Amino acid sequence: MKFRARVEVQLRAGIADPEGATIERALPALGFDGVAHVRAGRSFSFEVEAPDEGSARTTATELADRLLANPVIEQSRLELEPI
Amino acid sequence: MAPRIGVVVFPGSNCEHDVVRGVEAAGAEGVLLWHGDTQLGAVDAVVLPGGFAHGDYLRPGALARFSPVMEAVADFARAGGPVIGICNGFQVLTEAGLLPGALQKNGRLRFLCEPVRLVVVSTASVLTSTSMVGDELVIPINHFSGNYTCDAETLLRLQSEDRIVLRYADNPNGSIDAIAGIANEAGNVVGLMPHPERATSALLGSEDGLVLLRSLVAATATKVN
Repeated sequence: MKFRARVEVQLRAGIADPEGATIERALPALGFDGVAHVRAGRSFSFEVEAPDEGSARTTATELADRLLANPVIEQSRLELEPI
Repeated sequence: MAPRIGVVVFPGSNCEHDVVRGVEAAGAEGVLLWHGDTQLGAVDAVVLPGGFAHGDYLRPGALARFSPVMEAVADFARAGGPVIGICNGFQVLTEAGLLPGALQKNGRLRFLCEPVRLVVVSTASVLTSTSMVGDELVIPINHFSGNYTCDAETLLRLQSEDRIVLRYADNPNGSIDAIAGIANEAGNVVGLMPHPERATSALLGSEDGLVLLRSLVAATATKVN
């Protein structure tokens, strides 16, 4: 079976995010009021070939934790769907 | 015979020749090593130089840690061999798990390229053994991601185990506890953001980097291998 994986990587809560903070500071000047807690991140997508959803999830999670995110400062979130 | 110091070249490294010249000014022979090799050959110390290994894609150092040479570097470090990571090399060492913590984007998102004042905090490392605690050194930095961070427990360990090697006198990038360089438990693996190889001649503005490079050369004499 084939699965499409989407991994979202963000800085952990409590880790300063100067990029998110800079975006947030720019918002009032553009007329966006009432927007808060902006966090920047990255998103990755890839396809996994695996016998079932469980093993595809294991592969994608390990890939995300070992390479896509640096667990010292970042956390990842995985979405998986069959294709 | 002069000790041989291997300088690893990754695709995208750009300080390797400066490091070779720097260690030669400190009395060693510098040899370039290719990242795709699985052996280090006969070297007495290893330096991971600055630059943009693998284009800094994903995160600085994230892909370099999978270069074939890194397994040999890890083995060399475990055997007590001196290993120094400068700037991008420091980022590679943290990504490879040879040093704790991580290097984030600078506070205020500024690329910094300027001489900075550093204070020697510990002499229990292969990079600072011939300096004195409290010595002030002027050495350039040149980075966008030099903002050292780690969890509170790691910071306490670094502090209590005398593993903070260098601090910034005026913290330029937001690093936790103004950390500019740290060592592993044994003191034989050191990472630092400043570039000692760019401070080896008064003509270039400072020769304060020489004391660090001479410490590294001195460490090759006592290395267990």
